[in-house]
Amino acid sequence: MSESAAGSSLAGTSGRSVSPALHHQFEDIEQQREAGNFGMWVFLATEMLFFSGVFTGYIIYRSLYYSGFAAGSHVLEVDLGAAMTAVLLASSFTMAMAVHAARQGNRAMLLGFLSSTIILGIAFLGMKFTEYFHKWHEQLVPGLNFHPAVDALRGAPEHTVELFMCFYFFMTGLHALHMIIGIGLLGVMAILAWRGKISAEHYNRVEVSGLYWHFVDIIWIYLFPLLYLIGGRYK
Amino acid sequence: MSTAIAEVPVESRMHYLNASYGIKSWLFTTDHKRIALLYLGSITLMFFIGGAAAVMMRLHLIEPAGALVQPETYNKLFTMHGVIMVFFFLVPSIPATLGNFLVPMMIGARDLAFPRLNLLSWYVYITGGAITLYALISGGVDTGWTFYAPLSTHYVTTHVIATSLGVFINGFSSILTGLNFIVTIHKMRAPGMTWKRMPLFLWSMYATSVIFVLATPVIAIAMVLIGAERLLHVGIFDPAIGGDPVLFQHLFWFYSHPVVYIMILPGMGVVSELVTCFAKKKPFGYIFIAYSSLAIAMISFFVWGHHMFVSSQSVYAGFIFSALSFAVAIPSAIKVFNWTATLYKGSISYQAPMLYALGFIGLFTMGGLTGLFLASLATDVHLHDTYFVIAHFHYIMVGGAVMAYLGGIHFWWPKITGRLYHDGWARLAALVIFVGFNLTFFPQYMLGYLGMPRRYAVYPAEFQVLNVLSSAGASILGMGYLIPFVYLLWSIRYGPVAGSNPWGAKGLEWETPSPPPTDNFEETPRITEEPYGYAEPEHAHV
Amino acid sequence: MNTQDPSVGTYVFVFAVLLLLAALTTGIAYINLGPFNTVVALAIAAVKMCLVGLFFMHLWYSRGLARIVVLAGFFWLALMVSFTLADVFSRSWIKPPGP
Repeated sequence: MSESAAGSSLAGTSGRSVSPALHHQFEDIEQQREAGNFGMWVFLATEMLFFSGVFTGYIIYRSLYYSGFAAGSHVLEVDLGAAMTAVLLASSFTMAMAVHAARQGNRAMLLGFLSSTIILGIAFLGMKFTEYFHKWHEQLVPGLNFHPAVDALRGAPEHTVELFMCFYFFMTGLHALHMIIGIGLLGVMAILAWRGKISAEHYNRVEVSGLYWHFVDIIWIYLFPLLYLIGGRYK
Repeated sequence: MSTAIAEVPVESRMHYLNASYGIKSWLFTTDHKRIALLYLGSITLMFFIGGAAAVMMRLHLIEPAGALVQPETYNKLFTMHGVIMVFFFLVPSIPATLGNFLVPMMIGARDLAFPRLNLLSWYVYITGGAITLYALISGGVDTGWTFYAPLSTHYVTTHVIATSLGVFINGFSSILTGLNFIVTIHKMRAPGMTWKRMPLFLWSMYATSVIFVLATPVIAIAMVLIGAERLLHVGIFDPAIGGDPVLFQHLFWFYSHPVVYIMILPGMGVVSELVTCFAKKKPFGYIFIAYSSLAIAMISFFVWGHHMFVSSQSVYAGFIFSALSFAVAIPSAIKVFNWTATLYKGSISYQAPMLYALGFIGLFTMGGLTGLFLASLATDVHLHDTYFVIAHFHYIMVGGAVMAYLGGIHFWWPKITGRLYHDGWARLAALVIFVGFNLTFFPQYMLGYLGMPRRYAVYPAEFQVLNVLSSAGASILGMGYLIPFVYLLWSIRYGPVAGSNPWGAKGLEWETPSPPPTDNFEETPRITEEPYGYAEPEHAHV
Repeated sequence: MNTQDPSVGTYVFVFAVLLLLAALTTGIAYINLGPFNTVVALAIAAVKMCLVGLFFMHLWYSRGLARIVVLAGFFWLALMVSFTLADVFSRSWIKPPGP
């Protein structure tokens, strides 16, 4: 059924030096990198399915209670939302540049762009929590503090606006949680980079962190129009 | 029995069990084989806890008015039985034990793609299990393992949040395992190991892993939403604000139907290995068996609404789900036909693993056929929430999946431990289990047909005879499960030393010593032949 | 496996386009397009997603396997949404029998 490859050793064919970064289960560093990338893509597919549940619910209830969803959407602060979008897009840019720097083996550039991404991520979260605080102040938090002003309802039944706010908090809350995890991940990458553990040959960890970060950005790319811009802002 | 000359005695050769000693070498291991054993221990514990709940239920049901516990407690028993058996036993059973042990070996690799993630997945499993057991000890949950809203979100006073948190965390264990298998199978096959040269067990592990990664996140979000709604007293399933409780059912069953295929596909993979080895014949229709695993994984996602026929789901959606549910039976039937054709004119021997495999084929077929009554809208209206459903899924889960699991444990036991168990006791246990199982669950088909509802702590007196028969069967089944525990553990110390291939089976895992060295193979194998290279039987033309 | 990754110039250009599209989405919201507000907003979001995916996440330069995973994710999301929606919206088409 099988024959052992003559003369081959566990760590690679003779004559080729073994990278210290190579994990023992892989044959070469390229296989390791491919496996890492593929693994992260599979994980991102699981994240897509994780968010699918709330997106499904959102689509159903928006169709059933459009006026309530539009009213709830108008309560949200578009300028903050747009700013958050811009900040996240910028953080995706700096993240892509960080991966680029890692691939070049440029430690200074890598650290610079990783830090920028982290700072932009923290800025996003700062704006997000400011928004949440405003909502608390306006008494628009379902379950805990929901007493909307009459004109905030814009004629829609109050319970449908409350349902929208449930989605607002669940969806942006889940997203914010993923951002926090992402910032933590990038922090670990920054520490590794600082210690010189990221090289042009072994930069896959930064690469897969980037994939995760971009995915979280894509979720927000959809959340912004779906939550903040229902029915337009012209009235 | 042993076809290979015994090599250097186990004690003086280095292998994965004696490569390092001490509890830290086990708790911090990244060796897939040791992680498989960590899982084996923990899921066996969970099996006995879930089984204890079942024993209490069957004892309670010997009398129409209930013999053992209060109805509220009975509700907690069936809930915990379901939660523990589904999430903490059946789902990880074959993938996390046999899968973890065998996937790298069968593809000729030294380990899985991500060994540290593998260890993490065990710790995540332990954490989820500990939280769920905490919920059990501090008073339990009584919503049923299905956690339907608004019962679970608004009406019960039991530990829903702790249990749903335990299930949520445990889901990540599944996701990491599935992810690991997918990447390993795609990227780390040995030179010459094309997809069509892989053993069928790997095809079924791959299909199972696809379901793991696509379905499990949905139960995760469903559990998060249940917990959130319970904490906030408002949420997206709450009719008071326009929410729809049936939406929870959609999210729940989007995972929970594919999960039943997570529970059976690995068993089918094991049976393919057992049937070919103990009939000494290559599988009939290899490519059909392989592709049918993928087809089952795919179609399993299209049918979840058949759990919701009477939930106020639309009749038209019901039509579609019903028709698609008939479709999912087809690839399963293809496998049964192919296994049967493999047996035909094979050189069959009846060691314990083969007894389990044969039991699987018969009992899975019965369970599968009864599924058609439930897939059919018109009959399901009458059978839904009766004991017919319970009998159906226990035929598949216990008569199918658990028997395949035991068959696999017995088959690969010599490889895992380097020891042979006593086959006479093993065959006896298999027969006791078979008899006990049928006596337990066949009466339940009749009970369901006669109208006895499930999840009821009391029942009309006319159902007592069948209930007593079922409980008697359960006691036999329970004893049957205890017997392997004894002789398998005994064999570790006192069993005869197994060679590398005591069964004369084909497969990469049999070409390395028992127990295997830590890196599985002395040198990376090169595959040049088709799998299952058994000699052609003399008179066969299949 | 991608031996060829985007240049810095590509990244900068894509980023500029993304910012432009974000501004466009926000600006168009203030114009009355009726139901098309939603269509346009989602279309722009889809374009932004493709840009991030193809260039920042290197899908443009990747082998098929990563793309298949992405497509599978979308397919399963669509499956969940479509079947669930089909249920919700066809419930009223036939009433269950009863008084």
